[in-house]
Amino acid sequence: MIFYEYEARKIVELAGIPVTKYGFCQTADEARKAAEEIGGPTVIKSQVLTGGRMKAGGVQFADTPDEAAKHAEDILKLEINGHMPVGVLVDPKAEIKQEYYASVVWDGTAKKPLMLFSDMGGIDIEQVAEEHPDHVGRGHISNILPVGDYEAKQVIAATGVTGSQLNRATPILAKLARLFRENDMILAEINPLAELTDGSFVALDAHMEMEEEAVGRQKNILRKELGIAEEDTRDTYVPSDFEKNVKAIDAADHRGVIQGKDHGFDGNLGLVIGAGGGSLTLTDAVRNQGGKPANYSEIGGNPSVAKACGLAKEVLKKDGVEKIAVMMSIVSNTRVDIVARGVIKACLELGKDPAETIAIFRIPGAWEDEGNKILDHYGVEYCDRSVSLWDAAGRAVAKIQGAS
Amino acid sequence: MSPAEAMDAVFIDIELDEPAKSDPELAKKLEEVCTVGIFKASAAGTEIVQGQLDECVLCYLCVDACPTGAMRIIKKYEN
Ligand code: SF4
Repeated sequence: MIFYEYEARKIVELAGIPVTKYGFCQTADEARKAAEEIGGPTVIKSQVLTGGRMKAGGVQFADTPDEAAKHAEDILKLEINGHMPVGVLVDPKAEIKQEYYASVVWDGTAKKPLMLFSDMGGIDIEQVAEEHPDHVGRGHISNILPVGDYEAKQVIAATGVTGSQLNRATPILAKLARLFRENDMILAEINPLAELTDGSFVALDAHMEMEEEAVGRQKNILRKELGIAEEDTRDTYVPSDFEKNVKAIDAADHRGVIQGKDHGFDGNLGLVIGAGGGSLTLTDAVRNQGGKPANYSEIGGNPSVAKACGLAKEVLKKDGVEKIAVMMSIVSNTRVDIVARGVIKACLELGKDPAETIAIFRIPGAWEDEGNKILDHYGVEYCDRSVSLWDAAGRAVAKIQGAS
Repeated sequence: MSPAEAMDAVFIDIELDEPAKSDPELAKKLEEVCTVGIFKASAAGTEIVQGQLDECVLCYLCVDACPTGAMRIIKKYEN
């Protein structure tokens, strides 16, 4: 789950990390009041879950509260990359001596959180890591043991930061690491972490992302502290018609599970695939043998004929799809004959010949013999478990390439 | 209407002879045993829901519930 900047700021504040005085506002009047309370020049920032705010005009500077109100009014009406803002964040225009970078990210390879620190903040850390690797400090922390300040200190010291800067930045990075773990984050980033002209350190901007699976157990921070409603899932991905239709078919029938994705796929071979990681393996097998998948899908858990038929139909209706490949790893909890009925029915209902349309049917498992009788009847090419997933995918690719 | 109900059965047919078909008690029993909703009970007896026939999982509980030989499950793909 991703958070708006004003929420990320609050999370940082709750962890005891210093922040500047800020206000989250949903009207121009509120923005004026926030700017008055802050005093002095302010920055008005659109609160959207997308990048490119600066370029789109979603970040404006104001010298007076009236100017802040005017900017807020404009920004609240400004759509950025298809997103309308939920409000604006009014921040003081800080007097910065130096910008730093501090973050904790989940390292999937090491399976541990990783602390990162740089004395070159305000820009992308990837760019700093590439161009100035000696200015990035790194260090893993334990998933279980308490985070010690000394661990943060080592990471910061590796960038050459010393003296009072080192002493002031250390508790901030340590607190960031603790909040990362306590709140099940996958990203907790402060960029920039600013050293102000008076020598103090404050978090000027923060980005937070929580592990989706942890949303259920993080009710305290989500509901009580941040006031995020249960139905607010923050899903910014706009599903395609194909994806929406498959989801609706799945929701309408409790038997089995189907999923369909077509993000980034526009090939001519439709995939009706699944079973125990089979979807990923099969998609790769098709692509690695020169095939062009039209979609990604998952089918399993013993779906009804209607559900298998619904998925196959949606795949077949996609632009450019010439044939479908129906393939799974070995199934024990999905009936082969039911899936066979479903995909053949889809072909027939769309006026297509199953023998021509189904490039290959490879689902070994429960009720396989019954399934084979159906496939025989309609002349569909099938294979058993003696043909590997790789070879089955290769047969489908060869067939479609031979056809075009 | 579910996709299955949109079209007549392709794979499965069911025949139920009289007088079993007109027996309201048997109709209730068939509606109860079939987990995929192929039978509907009414005062007139058993109605076979055509659009649902292809969902038959071949469990034969319906055949067991009927008098011997009164019901036949036909796999059209075997003909
Ligand atoms: S065999 Fe089973 S699924 Fe098929 S009609 Fe009879 S009870 Fe229903």
